[in-house]
Amino acid sequence: MPALSASDRIRIAEKHGDLLRAPILKRFGVVIGAAACVLYTLYCWWFFSIGSVLQRADWSIAGAYLADWVSYESRPDIRFRGNHLDVKFPRFDPFGEFPEVDWLTAEKSLITPDALEEKSGGGAASSAGSFMAPGAPSGSSAGARSSADSFMAPSAPSSSNAGAMAGAEIVESTPRELVTKVNAAIGDASFVIVPGRVELVRGATRIVFSVDETNGVITDRPLPDWIEQKAPGAIARVYLGIPGRVEIDDDEVSVRHRFLGWENFIFDTDSPFWGKSVGEVAGLVFGGERLDPKRSNLALAWSNILNNAEWQHGDVWLKLLQTIVMAFVGTLLASLVAFPLSLLAARNITSNRPLNWLMKRFFDFQRSVDMLIWALFFTRAFGPGPLAGMSAIFFTDTGTLGKLFSESLENIDDKQREGVRAVGASPALVQRFGVTPQVLPVFLSQTLYFWESNTRSATIIGAVGAGGIGLKLWEAMRTNQDWENVFYMVILILIVVFVFDAISNSLRQRLIRPQGSA
Amino acid sequence: MSMTHVAENRPSAAAEAMERHWRSLTASRRLYSLGGLAGLVAALAASLWFANETSAGKFFDRLPYFFDFFIDLAPRDWVEPFRALFDLASPYDDGSLKYDYPEGRVDLIAGFYMPEYFYKMLETINIAILATLIGLTFGFLGSFLAARNTAPGAWLLFFVRRVFDTLRAFPEIVIAGFFVAVLSLGPIPAIIAIAAHTVGALGKMFFEVVENADMKAEEGLRAAGANWMERMRFGFVPAVLPNFMSYFLLRLEINVRASTIIGAVGGGGIGELLRLSISQGHEAKTIAIIALLLVTITAVDQFSAWLRRRLVGDQAFEFGR
Repeated sequence: MPALSASDRIRIAEKHGDLLRAPILKRFGVVIGAAACVLYTLYCWWFFSIGSVLQRADWSIAGAYLADWVSYESRPDIRFRGNHLDVKFPRFDPFGEFPEVDWLTAEKSLITPDALEEKSGGGAASSAGSFMAPGAPSGSSAGARSSADSFMAPSAPSSSNAGAMAGAEIVESTPRELVTKVNAAIGDASFVIVPGRVELVRGATRIVFSVDETNGVITDRPLPDWIEQKAPGAIARVYLGIPGRVEIDDDEVSVRHRFLGWENFIFDTDSPFWGKSVGEVAGLVFGGERLDPKRSNLALAWSNILNNAEWQHGDVWLKLLQTIVMAFVGTLLASLVAFPLSLLAARNITSNRPLNWLMKRFFDFQRSVDMLIWALFFTRAFGPGPLAGMSAIFFTDTGTLGKLFSESLENIDDKQREGVRAVGASPALVQRFGVTPQVLPVFLSQTLYFWESNTRSATIIGAVGAGGIGLKLWEAMRTNQDWENVFYMVILILIVVFVFDAISNSLRQRLIRPQGSA
Repeated sequence: MSMTHVAENRPSAAAEAMERHWRSLTASRRLYSLGGLAGLVAALAASLWFANETSAGKFFDRLPYFFDFFIDLAPRDWVEPFRALFDLASPYDDGSLKYDYPEGRVDLIAGFYMPEYFYKMLETINIAILATLIGLTFGFLGSFLAARNTAPGAWLLFFVRRVFDTLRAFPEIVIAGFFVAVLSLGPIPAIIAIAAHTVGALGKMFFEVVENADMKAEEGLRAAGANWMERMRFGFVPAVLPNFMSYFLLRLEINVRASTIIGAVGGGGIGELLRLSISQGHEAKTIAIIALLLVTITAVDQFSAWLRRRLVGDQAFEFGR
């Protein structure tokens, strides 16, 4: 095999340089493209001021929200009341308002209260106040706290100025059963709380906080880095990692104890089945005394599950079904309407050029009007609900499917039609046996593909009011407190999408394979 | 001779059995088809009933008012939408937001402004392009790890595929909502949400392209002792790039629509303005926005279709086969 010498090569390169050197655009196309992308990204960085937005973002909130997806918090407050303590769980605590839990135990003894006491209504209001604005940064100042309380419940007397209020009802000073000591175990730390004193033991660390209204919170030794106290006497925050945190203030100890999992997922705290084990519930359902004389325990349990106040299972399932139905009906009707229209749009089926052109522009129009516009329009027409959503999907996809169908029709093999025509079939029969067998599997496959993708997009148009689970998701996210509900719905959506993906894929493969092997 | 003999007599037992078998096959096939069709019709009827029951307005009650929206949409005169579109002062200006078009002007330099809706449309398009670029980058990198013929390891292939699946199926609205909570309202949550979905969608399409690619170039490089990086760069990238770009453009079309929708639920851009102007009953503004959207989306679609046809020919349009 003759080889080129070096001088030959140089001569050829000189003579036909244009052949050996590819054009600049071809050689550096990828590099130029990448550079353009980087420049564009920089431009967007400036356009959206991404840098400053990311800087302003509160990433610790993100962590807390993410933790909320898979865990829940119990937030009891332990208030110092002179010689005794007052343990309050918020009204909507996952453990109920008056729970018996093993991580927080109270020891009671018969003593005479020495501090002025409010009626229980005032106490509940002030505890609700601290629940709504937990650990207000200025919590150490009594004035700020009482103003926060009176904002939540203007008529409720707060502890610091109860004496000054003429109408405040004061309980007589007689010996009663009152809490004098609270033991709390949170993660690897344990607290012993008695009036005026909090003792914390975690591993080898043992710290005693002395608490009173005049000096604030005083510690007996330097604090480790997981306890934060801005100044001596100020509020002390004990961070225990994932299990939670404890804030020690001069008038109360607020506990945030985080637990992994979803609280009260099946029964809420109002349900008679709440807090019972599986066995107990099963026993009640199958042959226990009727808890509600009007209906059986099974019906009661089922209705309690569906109407769970926190998780709203019934409503979530209904909305999810709406989303599925929207995608199903929208896509099915779209394909049924697009089929005959595509016959009119295909040049080789209907030989009427103006009509072909008109149909194709009609499809383009339907596709170009965004699904959002259709959704907003039909929400106005039908009111919020799945009718609006399915109409939006129907209108958008009639355009898309019509376009795809007519393109497939124009690409068919003409031999089959000729064959059918050659044996003298009528035009209708030519379409039936010459065209349909070729395109039907493709049409079905395309329809299935859109059914699958619409199941996903139906979620999002729901958020503008077009029915389905989208709005529910959006509402749950707006409150910033129900992230566990969001996660629950996300899991349901993921399951639905994966299942439909699998069904659609297997059906499509069955439709396509015989054609591919032929 | 023998033919006439057979024709005169009854068919042989074998032929009869064959015919009987064919008949029963056809019958059962027809039965399945009819059964499937009946099931579909039943499901459709049940779904329609269910949708109608759970909607706020019932279909037949609302039908007479169906076109009210269009009637409400009629502006006071037909120059109004143009004034709204270009932020020109309206003769009907009564101090309310409804007719105060110049209020939204975006000042560029002294004396020149960009009409509000064009600016917001640009924002929406930028959201879509940036999100698609992010999707392209990660989908590109991930696809070589997820394709059966290029994956460096089986566990990596499995992992990357599951990541793609999850990102694809994860509702965009939740990602957007989460980042709205962290970053406050604005376009960045929308970018993140659309980008996440795009990574999953493009990644899947890309690895399917890589799996269908011709392996000869890769074999040559392997024989010459090229490492994994070099084999991908010189063996696959040139072969798959046109298809990748085609899918990229297709995704861009989809994302322009998606960013409008995400905008309507708090992601900024033109979608938000459209939702507001419809809900507040500002008819001229609504018409202006819808017209702008229609033109933009059509232009993006046409441009992308033209470019895709140039890149990969008619193959770009064989969709769902």
